[in-house]
Amino acid sequence: MSMTVEERKAANKALIDEVLKAYPDKMAKKRAKHLNAYEEGRPDCGVKSNIKSLPGVMTIRGCAYAGSKGVVWGPIKDMVHISHGPVGCGQYSWASRRNYYIGITGVDSFGTMQFTSDFQEKDIVFGGDKKLEKIIDEIEQLFPLNKGISIQSECPIGLIGDDIEAVSKKKSKEMGGKTIIPVRCEGFRGVSQSLGHHIANDAIRDWVFDKTDPAKYPEFVSTPYDVAIIGDYNIGGDAWSSRILLEEIGLRVIAQWSGDGTIAELENTPKAKLNVLHCYRSMNYISRHMEEKYGIPWVEYNFFGPTQIEKSLREIASHFDDTIKANAERVIAKYRPMVDAVIAKYKPRLDGKKVMLYVGGLRPRHVIGAYEDLGMEICGTGYEFAHNDDYQRTTHYIKDGTLIYDDVTGYEFEKFVERVQPDLIGSGIKEKYVFQKMGLPFRQMHSWDYSGPYHGYDGFAIFARDMDIAISSPVWGLAKGAPWKKAA
Amino acid sequence: MPQNADKIIDHELLFREPEYQKLFADKKSNFEYKHADVRIEEIRNWTKTPEYREKNFAREALTVNPAKACQPLGAVFVANGFAKTLPFVHGSQGCVAYYRSHFSRHFKEPTSCVSSSMTEDAAVFGGLTNMVDGLANSFNLYKPDMIAVSTTCMAEVIGDDLNAFIKTAKEKGSIPADFDVPFAHTPAFVGSHVTGYDNALLGVLQHFWEGKAGVTAPLERVPDESINFIGGFDGFVVGNLKEIKRIFALFGVEATILCDPSEVWNTPTDGEFRMFSGGTTKAEVERALHAKATIVFQEFSSEKTAKYLREKGHEVVVLNAPVGVGGTDELLMAISRLTGKPVPAELELERGQLVDAIADSQAHLHGKKYALYGDPDQLIGYTKFLLELGAEPTHVLSTNGNEDWAEKVRAVLAASPYGQDGKVYPKRDLWHLRSLLFTEPVDFLIGNTYGKYLERDAGTPLVRLVFPIFDRHHYHRYPTWGYEGGMRLLTMLLDEYFEKLDANTNIPGKTDISFDIIR
Repeated sequence: MSMTVEERKAANKALIDEVLKAYPDKMAKKRAKHLNAYEEGRPDCGVKSNIKSLPGVMTIRGCAYAGSKGVVWGPIKDMVHISHGPVGCGQYSWASRRNYYIGITGVDSFGTMQFTSDFQEKDIVFGGDKKLEKIIDEIEQLFPLNKGISIQSECPIGLIGDDIEAVSKKKSKEMGGKTIIPVRCEGFRGVSQSLGHHIANDAIRDWVFDKTDPAKYPEFVSTPYDVAIIGDYNIGGDAWSSRILLEEIGLRVIAQWSGDGTIAELENTPKAKLNVLHCYRSMNYISRHMEEKYGIPWVEYNFFGPTQIEKSLREIASHFDDTIKANAERVIAKYRPMVDAVIAKYKPRLDGKKVMLYVGGLRPRHVIGAYEDLGMEICGTGYEFAHNDDYQRTTHYIKDGTLIYDDVTGYEFEKFVERVQPDLIGSGIKEKYVFQKMGLPFRQMHSWDYSGPYHGYDGFAIFARDMDIAISSPVWGLAKGAPWKKAA
Repeated sequence: MPQNADKIIDHELLFREPEYQKLFADKKSNFEYKHADVRIEEIRNWTKTPEYREKNFAREALTVNPAKACQPLGAVFVANGFAKTLPFVHGSQGCVAYYRSHFSRHFKEPTSCVSSSMTEDAAVFGGLTNMVDGLANSFNLYKPDMIAVSTTCMAEVIGDDLNAFIKTAKEKGSIPADFDVPFAHTPAFVGSHVTGYDNALLGVLQHFWEGKAGVTAPLERVPDESINFIGGFDGFVVGNLKEIKRIFALFGVEATILCDPSEVWNTPTDGEFRMFSGGTTKAEVERALHAKATIVFQEFSSEKTAKYLREKGHEVVVLNAPVGVGGTDELLMAISRLTGKPVPAELELERGQLVDAIADSQAHLHGKKYALYGDPDQLIGYTKFLLELGAEPTHVLSTNGNEDWAEKVRAVLAASPYGQDGKVYPKRDLWHLRSLLFTEPVDFLIGNTYGKYLERDAGTPLVRLVFPIFDRHHYHRYPTWGYEGGMRLLTMLLDEYFEKLDANTNIPGKTDISFDIIR
């Protein structure tokens, strides 16, 4: 039974009111600002964002360390990233984000390793700077091919007054100008992963760009077609299935930030003619900085699903000459038959299915086109750590009346799903099993549920296959309770 | 074009296609400024040498690929083991996202836990407001019967006082005055997740036995005939506690499992999400004080708790995760002695069946060398089991095992002809182990999912018998304890052996002379 837009809005608003009843009054008022049914024509989604989570509500958010080490820095493969502080943070974030890379781990690449200072009580009491110096020495001895070291601060560092900047400068000087980068991404800073992204971006600005001799790579020859991929973490190989398209339209990708990335790529990025930005939320800061300081324009793109890919390829090509523009059309035409075949195969199975999303800072809007290419409909979406500019951008993707939830709590999300009864939920590992217990198909939209890539044309085929795998599984027919319970 | 609607390939095969191989080669040669391949190969080989091992073992400050997590993870495990109990971790919120993800990746189950979401202002002024609001929100939203509080390192560094904070929260009406909020300080910079298990469990027992934070008079112990069982931190808890309960039922013994998360991490898929399921009830916790004895299955997971129980007058039987035939014998005889009941015939039969299974297969594992790493107690149990099979535990390594633990393992090794070449490595990590595998190779490795990097680098086949296991499904559903668990352990060791043997004898016309159908 399909509702009119007005009926859907009224139903969503009633649902929000009902869910808020569970909170103490003061808290209900606060949460009310983060929940809404989208009104067509509004400049944003009508929710507050990037505000402290309420204590005790089971927020799904992480912390600044997760944003810096887990997202931005961790994937840079030829550097050693020290999780500086107690053992836990590094352990829980060890290799779980699937940032694929090519290299010999432990020799010239370090992406799936856990380097930690493993703070003990004495380090807290007496400070960890001396230990950090020693750690840097030991890294140099045992991992001589590392191209740099980053120090990813965990909570205690900022609280005990350690001076990791001084240690970094001192050791860098001792080691002939070695890249050593202190990052102040203690988990208590900010309200989510988001500030960690920003801090990590700023660290690249201050400790990479500002300290790199422009003549460092004399053999680097620029071309008019040099671009850098910004904000693709190569989950399941996403950056590669994106890069291949940019190369096919005749561009030269001089850097990947930061999936399968190297410090040299970062250092050479100021030579790019255009920065192409996939994850706006986590890397708009450095893109803006490069625009201001080096005059490099940047363009946001979206490589989820053919509709958005075509639009993005044309948009990117529009910044270059006619050759590139023609190439873009050629590439779009080249992939069209494959894409059409994929849609022909899966759309009949997925058409009209309702999806609810809850992801980080980009995908809650970015993946909508890919679902719609398969005939699926987004009835609710929300972000863990978006800012208002993300909610503005979201309006270009969603339909009137869509349920919006910012920093959703476990309680709210469960209630929303119970009432809306979507055919598919796309969220994270902490949510996956909750909804599967309810008998609802689910795909992880952070890790691609260990599949992928999902970006680009090659990725779209996998995306379509996976959504069908989730929805069409026979298990859901068994998941509504035992047959003898249904009698009567 | 690699992709085709009729046969869609994902990352496993997609990137082996020529287009992508060319992309990788171009990226490498034009933009990465990598070291020369010969140099990489040189260093790669150097990391396998005794010289490198010496440097590696000389490390004093750096930890690489540790096999331990931090205290609050153990505290969340404990909270999950009590009926309708919500784990609440006071401190930064990212930690809780990590504990929940970590457990969910291992158990493939939901893990509920809340944070007090402390931020910069709380770092300056303390987290009292976060506690006050947090308890109110948790209580109203999730309607638990109990909230078990632990701490992240942030709260510990700034010195928040849980006892005072919880009291204040009650005074301010966040939760009813008589609502149970057991708590434990669980600093991440002390010990590991097993320490957190110990602290959190002690916190629960003290809360209920010492007057519920001033709500009632402390309980008086009136000894009865029941016994308690404390399992310790265990990645196979779902299968194991089910098995332990079955064993007690066969004995006809009234036993209280203190901390039982085996149901909350094993709920059905039938259309309903159960945030709470099973677990030790408050009544059981209170009754547990009166037990005549407590079996502590893992000593290093429950050191403070065991001491407290002794102070309360319990006879405490402390074990080191005994498994296999001898290990299970030890457990059953302890139960029998404490209860005065004979070991049930059914279990005696199971014992004989396990012995039978070992006899059938022992020749294949006899003399095989094993490296093993993991939590301290578990390693003692596994070491004894390997010796029982005639296998040789060669490198026994624990990141969170101390010198006391190492002494225990050395004594176990010394007592067996198969342990003579075994060495014990307390407070070492998996990068140390990598050096050991290259310089003193073994046949098999027992570890967790992260052991797959060692398997890849050193070629040592991995048997996944240690938490966390992310890349295999459902191991946690089967017991590793008891004779039934012994059967499972034996089968897993054998499977890896046979897989390896088949893989080593399957080249047609070359090695397949040994490709036997009967093994």
